[in-house]
Formats: sequence, structure tokens, C-alpha cells
Amino acid sequence: MTNEPIIRIKNVHKYFGHVHALQGVSLDVSKGEVVVIVGPSGSGKSTLLRCINRLEEYDEGEIVVDGIPLDSAKNINEVRKEVGMVFQQFNLFPNMTVKENLTLAQRVIRKRTAEEAGEIADQLLIKVGIPEKSDAYPMQLSGGQQQRVAIARALAMSPKIMLFDEPTSALDPEMIKEVLDVMLALAQEGMTMVVVSHEMGFARNAANRAILMDAGQIVEEATPDILFTAPTHPRTKEFLSKVLH
Amino acid sequence: MTEQLKSKPPAGDKPLARIPGAEPSARIDAWWWLVAIVVGLIILLVVIDNETYWNLIVFVWDGIQITFGVTVVAFVLTLLAGLLGGLGRLSKNRFIYGAATLYVELIRGIPLLVQLIWWYFAFPVIIQGLGRSLGVDALSNYQAPAIAMAVLGLVFCYGAYMSEIYRAGIQSIPKGQMEAARSLGMNYFQAMRYVILPQAVRVILPPVGNEFIALLKDSSLVSVVAVTDLTRRGREFMSTHFNPIETWTMVALLYLVMTLLSARIVGWLERRNKFER
Repeated sequence: MTNEPIIRIKNVHKYFGHVHALQGVSLDVSKGEVVVIVGPSGSGKSTLLRCINRLEEYDEGEIVVDGIPLDSAKNINEVRKEVGMVFQQFNLFPNMTVKENLTLAQRVIRKRTAEEAGEIADQLLIKVGIPEKSDAYPMQLSGGQQQRVAIARALAMSPKIMLFDEPTSALDPEMIKEVLDVMLALAQEGMTMVVVSHEMGFARNAANRAILMDAGQIVEEATPDILFTAPTHPRTKEFLSKVLH
Repeated sequence: MTEQLKSKPPAGDKPLARIPGAEPSARIDAWWWLVAIVVGLIILLVVIDNETYWNLIVFVWDGIQITFGVTVVAFVLTLLAGLLGGLGRLSKNRFIYGAATLYVELIRGIPLLVQLIWWYFAFPVIIQGLGRSLGVDALSNYQAPAIAMAVLGLVFCYGAYMSEIYRAGIQSIPKGQMEAARSLGMNYFQAMRYVILPQAVRVILPPVGNEFIALLKDSSLVSVVAVTDLTRRGREFMSTHFNPIETWTMVALLYLVMTLLSARIVGWLERRNKFER
């Protein structure tokens, strides 16, 4: 871990109509760091995550990713190339096979040849444990498999940062582990990750830092062990008492 | 792994009961019967009264070609106009959205026949007037080619309806697809081209196919603005031979053959493009 932050979020505000969804959030993430964000629904954690690759526009403040400020369309696309995103609903392309899902952006954006892209796709499918599903269509896969394909699709762009937006929330309980295992392996390889998730086990095993958000603000941040066992802020205590039962 | 969880066979491994008439083969047969009846009717008429009907078919043959040509050209251009209009209707840019909406609402409120007449009779006069006031001879001597004006009129009108089909088709694709494409670094147009439109095409194929058939039929209106299509040739034949029953029955059957064949092609395209969601 170096000291120079790869993500710099400074005093970001976001409004949805009259709702003040982000109220001056500042956060730095260092290279190789794994940050888990928890918080009640509507606390702005997903919105914050989506601001990092500008899927959500913010109204005030500044976000700089890998030295590139998110201020022009060109810069936004540059940043998105370097930032992989995994969604709660997988969002695989249903009309393409798994392999086509993995190679499309490589060829269109990274300008890799079909062979190059295919090779990378094959390796990533081995990495996420489903090489045999290369020619399957997303709808033929279980939720856990789909989410692993989605992770592989994001990784195929060779990103420097991975964002996870509640990656296990839409999964059946018995499929959560297979996805978390892939994420854990990724964290151990030194990938910079920002994860919105309530998987406390994953946070404790993989995260360097845990953050509690509430009402559009960061309430408390600490190592996962401290945040989950010995929180100082009353709002954190209240939230954890409802989550950890 | 989790495959086992998924591929568990349903209890009582019986095939589901078939709905009578729902088998694809039954539908194909019904359609072939229909075509056979129509074609048979045409042949029968020609055999019964070779003089009238065969002469009629020979007489209107170039009209059939023009009807078909006008329809195909107008349809291809309509697909492009509709795409532009549809994207315009989805634009976040207020000016583009406003222009596209104005176009769609304006065109949909005016009868196609009136539009065709406007393009053929009024538009050239505007161009000529413009040419005179600007002193450009090429414009002031402008003569509207009937077919081009007819195609223009059809494209303008059908493009508006097609815009709404495109818009609905694109909107039917879940938002997450666009987000996934954008998050992989694609710009708006790349995401549209590689991710959204290929999926939307499958959704809009049935209504677009209907538009083709509707356009084929509505192309008969161009007979009013000096295009010698099937309908106009039929009228010419009738005015020399004075046999309205024979003429218009045969013209109707000829249109019917064309629309039935088109419907068939559309159906085939739809089946070919089905996929699981």
C-alpha cells in the first residue's frame, strides 16, 4: 500500500430532486486497499459508489480517480476503463454467450484482437471457477455463476479498481459463498476494491477499512474488527444491533 | 458447484399437454392454405377469363414493381429515420428531445394522404419561391420527381411511427444494460450499437414487421400523386376497359399475395431472432 490515494473523493454533494442523498462526503482510498461500506438502505452508499465511475452525476465536490478528475466526457470514459463495476443484478448481456460478454468491451474499448481477448476470457473463467460455461448464455446459469461471470467481465478490462454494488444481495443464500470467495481471492491479489455489502464475514477477512454511512454522510470509519465489535458512534451501534442478530 | 441445484427435474416428468392449434406446424399449414387459395383464385380467374385477367396482370406488372420498389426503399429509409427520431425522443438534450417530439406529434396528427399531397404539390412551390427570392435558378425551376416526393412523404410519415417503436423498444431494455456497458468504458453510441440495439431489435421486430406490411398497403396512396404504382395502373386499366369488378378484384388479390408473403418473411425473421431472457 502506498500513501498516494488512487481514489480521492472531496466534499461530494448529490441531490435527487429535494433529497440530499450525499451530504459532503470525503473519502480517500489507497492503492491496494479494500474498503467496505455498510449502512441502512437509502444512506447513500450505492450512490457514492456509482459516483466513483460517474454512473451517477454529483452536484458539488470533486472526485479524482487514478489522477484523472471526473469532469469531462473524455475523462469519464478514461476512468471507466480503469474501474470495473459489479452490480447487484449482474447485468450480463443476455443475448451474448459468457465468452462474448467477456470479450466485447476488450475488443471495442481495449482494441484487443479476438484471440487475445478470448485467451484473457478463458483465463478469467478458470479464475472464477466456471471455464465449462464459456459458451452458455447467462440465463442458463445460476445467480452465483452469473455474478462470477460479471466479475470476470469487469476484470477482463484489466481494471485498477473494482467497485462492487451489493454483489451478493440478489443471490440465494447457498450461492453467496462462491461469489465472496472470488472477491476474497481478488482482494488478496492486491486489487483496490470498494465494496458496498453487508457481508460482515467478508469485511473482516478482506477489508482494510469499514465505513458506516447514514443519511448521506460517513458516520464512522475504522478497521472492520473495531467498527463491528467496538463502534464509538451511537448510530453505528444502533445499526449493528439491527444487522447482527 | 451449483448446477445440480438448478437442473433438478420437475416432479412428475410428463410432457405438458399440447394446446390444439398451437403447434408451429399447424400455423404454417394454415398460412400455406391461405396463399394457395389466393394464388389459386388468381390462376382460376386467369383461366376463366384469360382475355381480361391475363391482360390486366401484364398491364399492371410495372405497377407491381413500382409498388414493391417504393415500399422497400421507403421502408429502409424509415428504419433510419425512426432510429434518429427514437434516439431523439430519448435524448436528455432538451432541444433534440423537443424537435423529435414535435416531429412525431405533428406527423401523427396529419393524414398520410394529405402529407403526400403536400409534398408533391406544395413543397415544390415553396422551393421555387425560395429560389426566386434568392435568385437561384436551379431552385426556381425545381420540378418535383413524383416517385422521390412520394417516398419522401412515406418516410416522413412512417418515420414518426417508427420513432415511437424504437423508443419503446429501447426503453424496454433494462437500465442496467446501459449501465453495464458504460461502466466497461463504452460511450453512449458504442453501448447503443453493441449492447442495447441488438437486444431492442428482437423486441421491435414484430411491430416493425407490421409497419412494413402497413407501408406496403399505404403505398397505394401514392397513386394520387402521379406515381404509376399498382393501384394507379389498375385505375388506368379500368378506365380503358370499363370493368371495375374484374380490375379491382385482381388488384386486391395481387396486394394480398404481397402482404401474405411479407407477413411470412416477418414471421420467419422473428423466429430466427428469438432468444431466452
